[in-house]
Amino acid sequence: MKASAFAYARPTSVANALELLATHGDKAKVLSGGQSLMPAMNLRLISPEFIVDIGELAELRGIVVKGDVLTIGALTRHADVLKSPEVAAHAPLLRDATAHVAHPAIRNRGTLGGSLAHADPASELPACMMALEATIIVCGPRGERRIPAQEFFTGIYETGLSPQELLVAVELPVARKRSSHFFHEFARRHGDYAIVGLAAQSIVVDGYFTDLRLGFFAVGDRPLLANAAGELVNVPVTPERLTKAAAVLSDELDPQEDQQATPAMRRHLAKVLLSRCVSTLLSRPDLRSGAPE
Amino acid sequence: MTPVAISLDVNGERVEAHVLPRLNLADFLREHLKLTGTHVGCEHGICGACTVRVNGEIVRSCLILAIQTQDASVETIEGLSDSGEIADLQRAFRDRNALQCGFCTPGMLMAAQDLLKQSSEPDREQIREHLSGNYCRCTGYQAIVDAIETTAWSRAGRTP
Repeated sequence: MKASAFAYARPTSVANALELLATHGDKAKVLSGGQSLMPAMNLRLISPEFIVDIGELAELRGIVVKGDVLTIGALTRHADVLKSPEVAAHAPLLRDATAHVAHPAIRNRGTLGGSLAHADPASELPACMMALEATIIVCGPRGERRIPAQEFFTGIYETGLSPQELLVAVELPVARKRSSHFFHEFARRHGDYAIVGLAAQSIVVDGYFTDLRLGFFAVGDRPLLANAAGELVNVPVTPERLTKAAAVLSDELDPQEDQQATPAMRRHLAKVLLSRCVSTLLSRPDLRSGAPE
Repeated sequence: MTPVAISLDVNGERVEAHVLPRLNLADFLREHLKLTGTHVGCEHGICGACTVRVNGEIVRSCLILAIQTQDASVETIEGLSDSGEIADLQRAFRDRNALQCGFCTPGMLMAAQDLLKQSSEPDREQIREHLSGNYCRCTGYQAIVDAIETTAWSRAGRTP
């Protein structure tokens, strides 16, 4: 199908975009890369009256490292994240995850900010932001707000953004010494939305986790930073410990049923990912369970 | 809604037009410019049949508005075909029967050429990954992967 008719504006500055959103916010949609918005409009799932195309706002594009903070502009495309030496050096988890975002032609248009504002619970990047302790920066009529990723995602396609606000950047602490990461997702075809996925960041010292952040996605109405990680930090990880952590994880999940999988299958796959993640990060093949890759 | 003036390059020629904001690039190419080699399949970015190049990079033309291509350089399958850029790839598709109904073929050629420009000797897994966003409902993909692999070899001066 085709998108229904709408009015269109292409602001030339963030201030200009915010003025437009202040006037039309409730009836407007922000167009960034358009790789989620355009399908929804073509399918007439949404029919916004007004499109604010922020594609020309060069000030929202780019990746900068300053001190121990990696800042990525909202308009930075997935293709740019993949090629960035700064991301590879300071947030390799994000690089690995972005390689799983859709397909090359989509990654050439889709943007980090667009994906986060869209907040699909099966998307890789929101879960990465939680695992990486990101801060989401938004601008609105009352100035700037800095929202921790954990508080930003509030439901299916729902975030803490108000209709008058614009997501402008994310800030990530650069990867600390001895940090390691794990990313894996189960999908029917490379680039499809995950059936279940896990983005994890850890610090391992002498065979122990001193820090572990487990960002699961496609396991509920929003990405989940699993409390199960707490069962595995600063303790010797035995198979029994891991089983206990998997039980805690199972209680935290609220998987949905869809054409791809039942809730029971998602629950099972999340536990498989947990054991693969822990066994990989600790280099402990004895902890691995589930079917071989 | 009133039409908006746009000006862009399509296959090396300057094009001026007036379009409604809702018009996507695929429909602009097909309906306004009669460049019907760009196919419209799903219209929501899943099938890859509408793949074109914008400023040298492949994109889904059903997911871009025509007015977003102001001052852009757009290349369609007609452009790549007429310039001879993909003549060897097209020959390999024909020789290996890498198409049956042909609906997906323009998008497949676009995606394949994009890969071959970035990587001189991709393995079969890389070829499959780069084509993962392009559906073919006839061939089962094997022959398409074969044709791209053969083209990569011959461009690298190697024989299988």
